[in-house]
Amino acid sequence: MVEVLFFVAGIGAIAGAIGVIAVRNPFFSVLALVSHLLCLAALFLLLHAEFVAAAQVVVYAGAVMVLYVFVVAYVGGQDEPLGPGAGSGLRPVSMVFGALLFIELCAATLGSGLKLVDTNGAHIDPGFGSAAQIGQLLLTRFLLPFEAASFLLLIAAVGAVVLARRRGGLTAAEDQARYTAMDLLRPAYTGTMAEGVGGTRRLPPVSERAAATAPAEAPAVPVQDD
Amino acid sequence: MTSLKLFAWVTLLAPLAGAILTGLVGRRLPGRGAGYLGTAALAVSFAAAIGALVSLQGLAAQQRQVVSVAWDYANTVGVDAQLSLLLDPLSIFMILVVSGVSMLIHLYSISYLDSDEGYVRFFAYLNYFVFSMLLLVLAGNFFVLIIGWAFVGAASYMLISFWYRRGTATGAGIKAFVINVLGDVGLVLGTFFIFKHVGTLDFLGTFAKAKTSFDPGSADLTAGCILLLVGAFAKSAQIPLHTWLPDAMEGPTPVSALIHAATMVTAGVYLIARMHPLFELAPSAADVGAVIGCLTLLVAGTIAIAQTDLKRVIAYSTMSQIGAMIMAVRAGAYAAGLFHLMTHAFFKALLFMSAGSIIAAMAGQQDLDKMGGFKRAMPFTFGCMCIGGLALAGIPPFSGFFSKDEILLLIGDRGGWYWILYAAGYVGAFLTGVYTFRMIFRAFYGEPVREARELEEGHLHHAEIHTNPGTGEIEDTDVGFPGPDHHIAEREPSMKLAMGTLALLATVGGFLQIPKVTHVIDHFLAPSFRDSALYAREPGNGLLAFGLVLGAACGLAGIAVAYYVWVKNPGLSERVRLRLAPLHRLFVNKWYFDELIDMVVVRPSRWFGSFAQQTFERVFVNGVLVGGTTGVVRAGSSAVRAAQTGFLRYYAALVVLGMVVMAFYFLVAA
Amino acid sequence: MDIGWYLAVSALIFTIGAAGVLTRRSPLVILLCLELMLNAANLALIAFSRMHGNADGQIFAIIVMVVAACEVTIGLGIIVAMHRRRLPIDVDELRELQG
Repeated sequence: MVEVLFFVAGIGAIAGAIGVIAVRNPFFSVLALVSHLLCLAALFLLLHAEFVAAAQVVVYAGAVMVLYVFVVAYVGGQDEPLGPGAGSGLRPVSMVFGALLFIELCAATLGSGLKLVDTNGAHIDPGFGSAAQIGQLLLTRFLLPFEAASFLLLIAAVGAVVLARRRGGLTAAEDQARYTAMDLLRPAYTGTMAEGVGGTRRLPPVSERAAATAPAEAPAVPVQDD
Repeated sequence: MTSLKLFAWVTLLAPLAGAILTGLVGRRLPGRGAGYLGTAALAVSFAAAIGALVSLQGLAAQQRQVVSVAWDYANTVGVDAQLSLLLDPLSIFMILVVSGVSMLIHLYSISYLDSDEGYVRFFAYLNYFVFSMLLLVLAGNFFVLIIGWAFVGAASYMLISFWYRRGTATGAGIKAFVINVLGDVGLVLGTFFIFKHVGTLDFLGTFAKAKTSFDPGSADLTAGCILLLVGAFAKSAQIPLHTWLPDAMEGPTPVSALIHAATMVTAGVYLIARMHPLFELAPSAADVGAVIGCLTLLVAGTIAIAQTDLKRVIAYSTMSQIGAMIMAVRAGAYAAGLFHLMTHAFFKALLFMSAGSIIAAMAGQQDLDKMGGFKRAMPFTFGCMCIGGLALAGIPPFSGFFSKDEILLLIGDRGGWYWILYAAGYVGAFLTGVYTFRMIFRAFYGEPVREARELEEGHLHHAEIHTNPGTGEIEDTDVGFPGPDHHIAEREPSMKLAMGTLALLATVGGFLQIPKVTHVIDHFLAPSFRDSALYAREPGNGLLAFGLVLGAACGLAGIAVAYYVWVKNPGLSERVRLRLAPLHRLFVNKWYFDELIDMVVVRPSRWFGSFAQQTFERVFVNGVLVGGTTGVVRAGSSAVRAAQTGFLRYYAALVVLGMVVMAFYFLVAA
Repeated sequence: MDIGWYLAVSALIFTIGAAGVLTRRSPLVILLCLELMLNAANLALIAFSRMHGNADGQIFAIIVMVVAACEVTIGLGIIVAMHRRRLPIDVDELRELQG
């Protein structure tokens, strides 16, 4: 029974993966990835990792992929142009690399002499991989990575907001007219992140600024020759 | 003993303090204040020198060689470099002469250079020069000697090109300095040769070990002595390193008086006298020196007859007299040579001062052809110049007579081939009389020129347009050029005082060492030359009498010839010149030494310099080395830059490739 | 099933993801392939955790998921910004950072 489930889930995962890379339309690639993720969750269940499988379905396939779908919808998943790109010579090369990589990975893991690879695994207790055990580990032994991961999430969220800010952003109106000390200390060619994501330029471009701040030279003094 | 050391240090350091003080505050002193300050420093120095003399004589004769060490720098690498002074009769003698004559020349310059924009600078430099000269003669080891030697060369350069906006002056300064550097090289190499065997730089130590360290006639010692001679010749302007001295007359007259008559040019004589133990062990080097001294004596004498520039005549006579001095110390007549150094300092400085007075009366003009008939207008200057000239020509009872004859006497006493030098010495004495009095008669006798007539009426001639006396270029009187006013001796008390003192000394100085009668100098210098085999010689009375008479006769004959040619028959000199035109041309062109050196040394150096710049520097260094390395770097970086294509996928491919390779490596290694 | 099978599946998915990253031109799809690779790593982690009987691997896999989520967020934010500025969504066209 376990073997049947394994082969079904395994083939499903591989098919989804191939679908991701082979399909033209990005939207369909996203869908293929979703199915791949669901099959992977099945594989996790077979390995007695219930919590991780649930997290995979809920978080990964549920939230992250939905985000993907939204973005694909917004950006417009246009089909890839059919003409050969600048790096189209890369296609056979990548196949070769891929094959090499696969062979090496297999050699590394299967031929490595790990004793338990050929078995079902070590003996495990019934509570292995349950939410209780995961929770206990996260809050005792792995507290630091847990907190760091949450910090990372915060940073990512802030970063995403900043990156995708609309032109004119959150405080665009009052930002535009205000010059800070940093603006004056900044050299002429650098910009701010606001400009980088499509905000307005705070300061006029270099040429105008140079003309405005240059001292008014008065060529009115006639050249006195002796 | 300590008071001797104290006096010696004060003597040495007073001019240095004077130089620094003058340089710093001289501008704020009113009028001639800087001049008085400089002279006062020298007066302190001279007083201390007298104090040193007194305390030296207070020691017993055997103890009269005292070494005073200020710092012992380090005994590293076996070289004992100390700042030490050697105080013995020779050095005390020299510092007395140097500080005394310098003091008088400072006195003279107080009024001579008044109105020059560089007045303060002049006194600072002059004090610095005296300090370096004192350092040189007081040196207790080769190290300090070389330092003093170099300082003196530098000071000489600064003073010769004192009027630095004159092209001729700066060129002369460079020439002097380059030839001096050649001498420095010789000195340092000679020191090395000697040090190699003796192992110490200290003078007393070197002399003590000299006999044991060298085999007689050893090549190293001879080479070292000849190299020392090269140094001495460069400083003392002997052939072939003499070409800088006439050009050095571009400096102001007090500079010529001090440096090129009384002190710097005598440094070579001092050096040879100091190194006498070494030279006595290497007789061939000593002979070389004697021959060159004699040669210089004659050649310079012949050139001086044909020169028309007043100061250059005196310069050549300096060269000639120093040749005589060098001949003397080579032949072992140390006391006589040094005595002549002293008297020469007196009368040569006097001659230069008088010449300065005449040049001032001529408003800067130095050409003898344009002078004449100043006898009535400038009696004091005339008197001083006559005294100096008589002393120079060796007429009794002036000092030059005694000193020169002492030298020739001892040379003749050596016997052997030294008789040739003896004869040459008297020929030189004759020539000296001729050119000295040629100079005096041309300047003072005959029809008074316009400037002299003006002066007789009480009006000192003042030139409206200032020109370079040598080339005739127009100059102004701002800093870097001579000042607008000129000062003559008759009108300036300080000049009169200085010249009068020197005249007095030139007259009576000879009595210090009348042969067979008074032996002041002999006895005084004896402790320095204890270890010399040649020092204490008493020549026979017959030779003495013969020599005295012959010397006086040669001098008088020279004066008579000069009188006959230039006073009695004014046109005779012209006719003789036309008849002996090639000879005259040889003399006027200074025996073509300048041209020879130009062809042998200057042109190849210039060619080499331009070759180095054009070919070596431009092609090799700039092209190959600099351009090559940058080219290689640039090519390498542009090759590496090709990996930065900007394609994201290429970068990813490289990452994957790297990963594959690494994994493969680890798999295989495991 | 032997643990080795799971590891083989994981290797295969990883390779497919790598090939996709090198081949596709749209940054969206490249990000998706990155996700594939991360998931393959997760599978391997879970397999090893089962092999040793140690739940540390599962914790690691959770953290990897968190990191993947953050990375997707930022990546998509960049794509949105690119779209705002009317740049072509094509990695071959965006190559101004070159030497």
